[in-house]
Amino acid sequence: MANKSVFFNPLSKDNPVLVQILGICSVLAVTAKLEPALVMGLSVIAVLAFSNVIISLIRNTIPTNIRIIVQLVVVAGLVVTVSQLLEAYAYDVSKQLSVFIGLIITNCILMGRLEAFAMANRPWPSFLDGVGNGLGYTIILVIVAFFRELLGSGTLFGYQVVPQCFYEAGYVNNGLMILPPMALITVACIIWVHRSLNKDLQDK
Amino acid sequence: MNKQSNTYTMIYIIVLVVIVGTALALTSISLRDRQQANADADKMRQILASVNIFPEKDIIDTYNKYITTDFIVDEEGRRTDADAFAIDVARESKLPAVERELPVYQCTLADGNVKYIMPMYGAGLWGPIWGYISVDSDGSTVYGAYFAHQGETPGLGAEIEKPTFSGQFAGKRLVINGHFAPISVIKSGMNPPDGADYVDGVSGGTITSKGVGAMIDNCLAPYAAFLDSLNSTND
Repeated sequence: MANKSVFFNPLSKDNPVLVQILGICSVLAVTAKLEPALVMGLSVIAVLAFSNVIISLIRNTIPTNIRIIVQLVVVAGLVVTVSQLLEAYAYDVSKQLSVFIGLIITNCILMGRLEAFAMANRPWPSFLDGVGNGLGYTIILVIVAFFRELLGSGTLFGYQVVPQCFYEAGYVNNGLMILPPMALITVACIIWVHRSLNKDLQDK
Repeated sequence: MNKQSNTYTMIYIIVLVVIVGTALALTSISLRDRQQANADADKMRQILASVNIFPEKDIIDTYNKYITTDFIVDEEGRRTDADAFAIDVARESKLPAVERELPVYQCTLADGNVKYIMPMYGAGLWGPIWGYISVDSDGSTVYGAYFAHQGETPGLGAEIEKPTFSGQFAGKRLVINGHFAPISVIKSGMNPPDGADYVDGVSGGTITSKGVGAMIDNCLAPYAAFLDSLNSTND
């Protein structure tokens, strides 16, 4: 596979969230506001890219029967490092994300990419695959968070965007948007639009 | 070399775990000071919030400017000069009242008024809740309050961290007619049976609101003697 398609496919045609339906759990959890969603996305990109590279580098030495354990050790090590870095340099965000950074370990995208791609490919394509899939995940996270924060809190990145006169005229923030069920419905709507635009993804 | 043999597998995983473990230990050691500084600054921000001071930056300077002393009291109101900041309130709040070390932060505002800040720690619906409450030098009238939580329901229990909730505490009394009466958190429109001052709980956040009430009761009751002594020094 050409490097270009390795990088660009996950953004739309082979998007981990929309098409592979992986990593849904964290999409529900961290998308009430844009800022944590973005930081979560960047963290996943970093962890995914580096774990892909590391696993790809050592892929020929890994004993087959413990390969999942080796992948887990590498991913867990990277996730703890990211979590510690956030705690040291972005304390407020790390407080908001709390357990979800740790839960990157259980994000299905990671194990999926390691097992399906990094175990069989060289480091550079693996790196691109990691960044591509991470970006594909981040895009969805940001889109979902955009709608949830706008409709649920009337803000974007914490800045008020719904003007005060709307509230005076009787507009009320939709409290349901900041609860997890609306994340699921928002993701479903995005999948719906995505499938309508990409006819080849539709089931016959 | 047979990469599928048991020996190879064992050695492989041991080496891998040692490498990853060392790397993590090094990361942790090198970042610890910074993380601790962040956590301390965050605690200072929360303490200042209970006296309605909200610094955007220079939190440590602002803290040192306003929080003039901190000390520890015991259940009988005896005062010990010690580092109150280092006390783990979560642990203390689970001890019986007589064994607790009770931190007090003394705040001198720009206009010279002295406020006493007491930390609280309790349980909400999903996880811990905590806060700080400040009283005037009469040892009874609440000047301000700050509440925080780990993971209460957004829009419901999580509302306790909003000023609309904590702002209700200002002006309420902790001591009524010489008796300690913790502020109740109750459904709006109701009155507490014991005649204590009260604030309205969060609609839809009943368990969190009850948690706040129980936390105020549990964490401030041991201060009763201390608050009383403040009152009598002023008479």
